[in-house]
Amino acid sequence: MDTQRFRTIQSRRDFFRSCAGGIGTIALHGLLSREGRAAQAAESLVPHIAPRAKNVIYLFMAGAPSQYDLIAPKPIMTKWHGTPVPAHFMTGLQDQLMKSTAQVFASPRTFQHYGESGMEFSDFLPHTGSIADELCMVHSMHTDVSNHHPAQLLMNCGVPRFGHPAMGSWVSYGLGSECDNLPGFVVLTSDSGKGIDGGSSNWSNGFLPSSHRGVTFRSSGDPVLYLSNPKGVSHDAQRARIDALADLNQHHLEKTGDQEIASRIAAYEMAFNMQLSVPGLLDFSDETDATKTMYGLDQDITTPFGTNCLMARRMVERGVRFVQLYHSTWDDHSELNKNLKINCAMTDLPCAALIRDLKQRGLLDETLVIWGGEFGRTPMNEIRRGNTPGQEGRDHHPFAFSLWMAGGGIKPGTVVGATDELGFHITEDPVHVHDLQATILHSLGINHERLTYRHQGRDYRLTDVAGKVVDKVLA
Amino acid sequence: MIRTMLYGVMSLHLLGACCTTFAEAPRFNRDILPILADHCFNCHGADGAARKAGLRLDTEAGAKALLKSETIAVVPGDRHASALFQRINATDDDRMPPLETGNGLSETQIERLGAWIDAGAPWETHWAYTPPNRPAPPTVTDANWPRNAIDAFILARLEKAGTHPSPEADKRTLLRRLHLDLVGLPPSTDDLLTFLSDTSPDAYARQVDRLLTSPHFGEKWARWWLDLAGYADSDGFLSDFQRPQAWRYRQWVVDALNANLPFDQFTVRQIAGDLLPQATVDQQMGTGFLRNTLANREGGADLEEYRVMQATERVISVGTVWLAETMECARCHDHKYDPISQREFYAFYAFFNNADEVNIDAPLPGQAAPYETAWDEYAAARIALLEPVAEELAALQAQWEEKMMWAADHPGEGNYHWDRAWEVLGLIWGQNFGEGQLEGTYIVRKPVAERTLDEQFRLQDYFFSRGSLVDEARFKELKISELAARIAELKKALPPMSRAPAMRASRDLRPTHLMHRGDFRAPREPVGMGTPEALHPFTPDGPPDRLDLARWLVAPENPLTPRVTVNRFWQELFGRGIVATSDDFGVRGARPSHPDLLDWLAVHFVESGWDVKALLKTMVLSSTYRQQSDARPDRQEQDPGNVLLARQNRARLSAELTRDNALAASGLLHRRIGGPSVRPPQPDSVTKEAFDQTWVADEGPDRYRRGLYTFIQRTSPFGQSVNFDFPDTNRACTRRERSNTPLQALNLLNDVTFVDAARHLAATTIPITDWDARLDAAFLRCLARYPDATERERLRRYFDEEQARRAASPDSIPDTVRNFAPLQEEPESAAWVMVCSVLLNLDEFITKE
Repeated sequence: MDTQRFRTIQSRRDFFRSCAGGIGTIALHGLLSREGRAAQAAESLVPHIAPRAKNVIYLFMAGAPSQYDLIAPKPIMTKWHGTPVPAHFMTGLQDQLMKSTAQVFASPRTFQHYGESGMEFSDFLPHTGSIADELCMVHSMHTDVSNHHPAQLLMNCGVPRFGHPAMGSWVSYGLGSECDNLPGFVVLTSDSGKGIDGGSSNWSNGFLPSSHRGVTFRSSGDPVLYLSNPKGVSHDAQRARIDALADLNQHHLEKTGDQEIASRIAAYEMAFNMQLSVPGLLDFSDETDATKTMYGLDQDITTPFGTNCLMARRMVERGVRFVQLYHSTWDDHSELNKNLKINCAMTDLPCAALIRDLKQRGLLDETLVIWGGEFGRTPMNEIRRGNTPGQEGRDHHPFAFSLWMAGGGIKPGTVVGATDELGFHITEDPVHVHDLQATILHSLGINHERLTYRHQGRDYRLTDVAGKVVDKVLA
Repeated sequence: MIRTMLYGVMSLHLLGACCTTFAEAPRFNRDILPILADHCFNCHGADGAARKAGLRLDTEAGAKALLKSETIAVVPGDRHASALFQRINATDDDRMPPLETGNGLSETQIERLGAWIDAGAPWETHWAYTPPNRPAPPTVTDANWPRNAIDAFILARLEKAGTHPSPEADKRTLLRRLHLDLVGLPPSTDDLLTFLSDTSPDAYARQVDRLLTSPHFGEKWARWWLDLAGYADSDGFLSDFQRPQAWRYRQWVVDALNANLPFDQFTVRQIAGDLLPQATVDQQMGTGFLRNTLANREGGADLEEYRVMQATERVISVGTVWLAETMECARCHDHKYDPISQREFYAFYAFFNNADEVNIDAPLPGQAAPYETAWDEYAAARIALLEPVAEELAALQAQWEEKMMWAADHPGEGNYHWDRAWEVLGLIWGQNFGEGQLEGTYIVRKPVAERTLDEQFRLQDYFFSRGSLVDEARFKELKISELAARIAELKKALPPMSRAPAMRASRDLRPTHLMHRGDFRAPREPVGMGTPEALHPFTPDGPPDRLDLARWLVAPENPLTPRVTVNRFWQELFGRGIVATSDDFGVRGARPSHPDLLDWLAVHFVESGWDVKALLKTMVLSSTYRQQSDARPDRQEQDPGNVLLARQNRARLSAELTRDNALAASGLLHRRIGGPSVRPPQPDSVTKEAFDQTWVADEGPDRYRRGLYTFIQRTSPFGQSVNFDFPDTNRACTRRERSNTPLQALNLLNDVTFVDAARHLAATTIPITDWDARLDAAFLRCLARYPDATERERLRRYFDEEQARRAASPDSIPDTVRNFAPLQEEPESAAWVMVCSVLLNLDEFITKE
């Protein structure tokens, strides 16, 4: 090996060591084996189990879309429409959100069976319906909290509080990166109005090294903060500036012997590479018109979310490990019907396009896709703005909700779990948030009980002290 | 050769690595307790509910007791008679820890336990729970090196390891280090030249004194403390409302540190300043520490749930900050590793269960007298205005209050609107003003006669704006919105009165219960106020309150607070704590690298009257502190983490100091001390990703204030801060991470603030016509040194290339340079700006050496 190459690898080793704090080995493991260097076989390194998926695209529907009006029809609701929920459903409930005055609100939507699986979707989700046979629908999700931000934190980080690493951070920590010039965990938010409730706490690295923090690709301005050169600094000038810096830093490294400086030099080089590669990632000119149309980039309403879906595909192609897309305007306490129509119009087509596109490129087998919110909504009308037709809304419902999964390791065309006739409580195969998380990690080859990090004397993990892999969703 | 090997083994052990055999008998705290804690306490520890087979190994009595199975786990002197030893060696289902846990013991660990039992199984209390004595500094061979006791402890270990300290750093490095550590700003060129020419023996000590009395001292160390306090300018959670008065607490910390308030008083005021006899406003403002907990104002939140959550967070915070104990582990069950039972958690919680949030009038200089005079007039005018309808208003308001209180006591039973009204009163009160949460509900619960006039007015204002539910028609007839508007007019005449977040004792003692599995809806047996029994005794005079707790924290016999505190100061100056886990002094935490030094510092600190500046002075005057930070290849193998301090540590600057230093070196820094938080420029996209937020950058000099003053919005913290490891502000952060990422590189290369700094540095130095002298000036400002020949040559080459590039393409000169007065010669100016930018990006520039 020539010395220059050796130096690069050495400094990259140092870079990863310092980026990844004390854990280096795992990330380094991936890096070195990719470079054809002898991989250290250690029992503790992931994968713990045979991985089914390499990457994750998580379509987070923040605010909680109403399952009753989209994916979990309960025709019998019409029987109780306009009357209070029968008392037996409410026995033992202490939840503040269950207002005793609320009355059952039958969905105004119509449903249709799709595909060989016969999965049902409302008329607001025809495109998702068209990929029904690729999906695994879970009707028995439940969570512990019924306020948005705590519930989002529970879904993302395993506890309903600030300060714990997000799933993407855990995955980045566990599996390392497959990509030299892009972060391992990327967050995309579509500009659908207000931002996500808890902001960056939802993609925090918590107590993990900060190189595992979710990096937001922003929909306005620089996609990555400070990615563009300052005015007047051309590409060549930036190169010359980084070269001058590298020489001076190298000179100082020789004086002080501190390997951290080598990492700094490598970080600047990687920054320069990001400046080159990110615009290419965002430049869709190499996509065919057919692809762009499939994602809805020819229509205003689908363009923001469609752009993110297409970007997510381009990222997993380039080795980004975990991409999380937020669409955050699903919190319909009132004007449910009207708002759902808009949100579905924005997202339905692109979601379906993503699955189809991944499949046609052979990426669906290695990419796990999840679509869902932080909890569900009530079968009752909330009457926040009076009982006027059109003003109806639904409140938060943590006891039973639905989401779908697809791709790597997931059994397509299946329905898991069931609820009672009102969809109020789960009757079959309950799946707690921690179970979902355990299952996602499992598909990636990670035993959720073994991916741990020592913090304040305790070994923490994504699934806290619970979590059971849901075999029924697995292929 | 053998010597070297032995020392190698010892230092490896010190680093927590595993070693083969011990010539000496195992010591309980060092060798045995960590094994028991890691492998056994989960099922055989303090947590009674999780305990298996009735065996507990966290106490000596438990380990040596006769068990139900008629066996004894540890029989001193006889490993083979000890059930523990039999079980850890078993090859069948009896094997402990059970094989399926994957938490098995190594051969070495098994042998060590055996050797310990054979040696009589001596027990020790965990080191951190025994009071420190004052160890005598050890004698050392190189008697010339130590300047004070610190050095004796450090050198003795180095000599024992067969090595030696590093030479003293040169003067310019020392001055820059001292500046960064004590005030967080680089030395000016004048400071530097003065010090370099001062050859008196106490030149360095005089610099220390100068910096300790600088008003920037409080700024630098306030940020250090605010990490612990979890300070932020917003609520957190859903809407993350702003707290425009939060800065008063920050200022209180700056002032307290500048005044060198002894650490015991600093503590007492933050935990219970409001309970001091005749507490002054300043003393009460210390309790702003407790107001940094998050607040959820999302509709539908359960008021009690979030009150309990806040009180719980206060327990966790105080546990971490003063005791370095992981109290949270005992919230749902007894602590598995440390001696804190669940009951003791709630005894500690009881102190905070009886503390309520309140904002107090805290006049800034000059505000008090005019406000008080005007307020009396305002009160009289207000009463006169309402006089004609006063009785009816009072009756209506009483009805409104009663209906809400009934709803609060009977949730879900009556009209939902009244449930909601109560909830909104609790949550919305003070929203966006950072006023105490739930304060409205406390006032409503108070009999009218006991309310202060101010409370009456504030509640009445709220009633006017949100109380029409009680009787819409009468509200209209009484023209309440008009009255409210006229009151608002009256208020406009009031001069400003600044307010500050604080705490006060609850009006009625709230009973505390142990909460089953930490669930506030599952109260069990009642618990009184108290502290963990394993620590020093809690001896209040009379019924205990928060003030007793505060005094207990700083009682001289407290084994934890002094150690924990000196360790944190040490960590800031040396890059690593004597106890590496500065957040955890429990049995699972790291052991001190220099236990005697830690104890010496702790005792010295307490005996000095908890004198913070004196402690820092002792540390920075030591020879240990003054060493070079260059790598020591001879120590790389044995001590890669430099635990023994054979040199100083190089450390990247914090997020704030990285920015402060660029601003200071370039001359852009606006050095105003104190005042409300500011919003420097950053891309809009930072706040856009959070819920409903905007960030309008300040104009003028507030763009260039120190990072300490940057507004901290919890759900979308400042972009540059996040890139440089600014901590989550949800909890106490005891130790910042120092990562090294491409995002930092992009930040320093391209962020407008750093571009501005480069331009200003260029403008400040460009009047120097001689190129080399100009480069010298820039180097001195940035690095407190002159460039060497290699650097000079490389930068000259870069400058020439850059100038040629600009001359060839005049369009590449941005207007910001073209229109900036001092930068006239355009290609040259633009190239010089780039040279300055390189200096501000150097690893050395963002590093304390």
